[in-house]
Amino acid sequence: MTVASTPASPAAAPTLEVRNLRTHFFTRAGVVKAVDDVSFSIGRGKVLGLVGESGSGKTVTGFSVLGLVDPPGRIVGGEILFQGRDLTKMSEAEMRDLRGNRVAMIFQDPMMTLNPVLRVDTQMIETVLAHKKVSREEARQRARDTLGMVGIPSPDERLKSYPHQFSGGMRQRVAIAIALLHEPDLIVADEPTTALDVTIQGQILAEVQKLATTTGTSLIWITHDLSVVAGLADEVAVMYAGRIVEKGAVSDVLDAPLHPYTFGLIGSVPSRNKRGEPLRQIPGMTPSLLNLPPGCAFRTRCPRAAEVCMAEPEIRELAPGREARCFRPMNEAAEQAA
Amino acid sequence: MSESMAAARRALGDGAPMVELRGISRRFEKKLDFAGRLAKRLGAGVREETVHAVDNVDLTIRKGEVVGLVGESGCGKSTLGRMVAGILPPSDGSILRDGTELLDRDSAAARELKLRTQMIFQDPYASLNPRMRVVDIVGEAPLVHGITSRSGFDAYVDEQMRRAGLDPAFKRRYPHQFSGGQRQRIGIARALAVKPDFIVCDEAVAALDVSIQAQILNLFIRLRSELDLTYLFISHDLGVVEHISDRVVIMYLGRVVEEASSETVFASPNHPYTQSLLASVPRIESRKRAFSVVKGEIPSPLNPPPGCHFHPRCPHAMERCKVEKPELKTVAPGQRSACHLNDMA
Repeated sequence: MTVASTPASPAAAPTLEVRNLRTHFFTRAGVVKAVDDVSFSIGRGKVLGLVGESGSGKTVTGFSVLGLVDPPGRIVGGEILFQGRDLTKMSEAEMRDLRGNRVAMIFQDPMMTLNPVLRVDTQMIETVLAHKKVSREEARQRARDTLGMVGIPSPDERLKSYPHQFSGGMRQRVAIAIALLHEPDLIVADEPTTALDVTIQGQILAEVQKLATTTGTSLIWITHDLSVVAGLADEVAVMYAGRIVEKGAVSDVLDAPLHPYTFGLIGSVPSRNKRGEPLRQIPGMTPSLLNLPPGCAFRTRCPRAAEVCMAEPEIRELAPGREARCFRPMNEAAEQAA
Repeated sequence: MSESMAAARRALGDGAPMVELRGISRRFEKKLDFAGRLAKRLGAGVREETVHAVDNVDLTIRKGEVVGLVGESGCGKSTLGRMVAGILPPSDGSILRDGTELLDRDSAAARELKLRTQMIFQDPYASLNPRMRVVDIVGEAPLVHGITSRSGFDAYVDEQMRRAGLDPAFKRRYPHQFSGGQRQRIGIARALAVKPDFIVCDEAVAALDVSIQAQILNLFIRLRSELDLTYLFISHDLGVVEHISDRVVIMYLGRVVEEASSETVFASPNHPYTQSLLASVPRIESRKRAFSVVKGEIPSPLNPPPGCHFHPRCPHAMERCKVEKPELKTVAPGQRSACHLNDMA
């Protein structure tokens, strides 16, 4: 297979560009469109927050990028262009060469990355040697440096430990260090701080932020927590029922959401300004992906739903750099009121 | 009527004490097994391990108040909540409920009072019996305790379900047929069915999605004013606690480090741990910013540091902090903090 030609200006090209990605799961109960027509791109050294509630397809999107979707799931359409090469058309051997090397993943549970019966040094050296022709000693040196980089004290001694001898926060740091071993161009992080305590989450977010700015690694940060995205990401994409319903720069989206779902989600987050008052909640619950209502999937819970929403909305540019999948976006209300 | 009264009382802040904890401690001991005992007899340095999950805590919850109990994992907040709810006996100390000793096993009054405290749990999947229909989950306890009769049973259960935002038409269903948010509503209906006036919520919204969490928080706020409830709201999520609480208690490794009204804690925290905790919380109002960092990890409760438990991570730690345990002292009206720094000023 020939590798796609390099783009004309590699500097300006995004690190990752996902176009109309569709990942469906063919279950006995029917086809679950976990990811349906998802497009986004992410530039060098940028952080994209991929936000959504359970079942919105955010994790499957991340898994699709790394080619980790298992049957009955399958990527059925779209392109995933990583530095101009389409990952969906790559052979398994080519993907192996890329995974853990140029593209890495951090999971919610660090034990997805770590092998419980191997010492940390064994696992880290193995990872280095898998993609680089260096001596064992050089590999060990690299492992030691990376552990130090993610804030693990006395990395020399810690290298000799087993995963169970680390605390939860430290384990996640080791998993992050493994992801960083080859200075990847893209890291997909799936809720890596959700299971951690607040102070430990703060420490890890600070480390990650430092790394993204110093190494130029692009980062997809998958989370349900808008507050984390607010402080960490440059851009945000909000997913609902397998689709991106809104995307744009973090400050734009959080200050003036266009999609009623984003608006409701922001209103659902308790904050200091609303103490003791009822939160502006979204009624109802997330629909089953097996049984989506026709038209806009958010229609049944949407306070702005109208006749037009019976048709399927396309994602469209509503303002410079702002896209939303909605017939009746929030900014129209403001215009009408004005 | 009751709503405005409750509001007035809250404003005055002089509700009668509903629950008083005096010197409550809870230790968990791991007894040595046979091999361990043998090794000890032969002179090996093994010993029984003791965790001081809750260490000498005093706490007063007034009628009509929502008290938020905050801390990271292993700080003893859930253990404290279980003792307050009367489902875990403390190792030391006493719990007064409306002035009556709650730990008095033989007293009928204590049993009666325990019924008026109910608990709502974190995991809506594990806290409901999967083999029972909703109607029995909600209705069993009030029937046993004579709060409702056989003849009025159905109407009573319907009312409880409606109040928690559930459709009574679903009462013949089993828990697995409901979503997480609805299950949490079943847990709430079950707790309220025995007409309690005090509810302990242990991470009651932690397992829920953001939009569902908002619905349940709104339900808690509505029920509070409708039924004049008092809550002990245990959570690790400072945003949730700030939103719902009148007063906030912060725990670290089994001890209360700070206690004050919600406004005070979030506007002018006194204890260095509270300050660093607040600095670590991601806020939706913040934009691309440097996350501030508390150094170090939570020490093991098996072997907590001497003196002030927080001193290895504290930016202001002094020699005194390493040896002497700071007492919880009043530092401002309505604000108590356990830090030696307050003695220096």
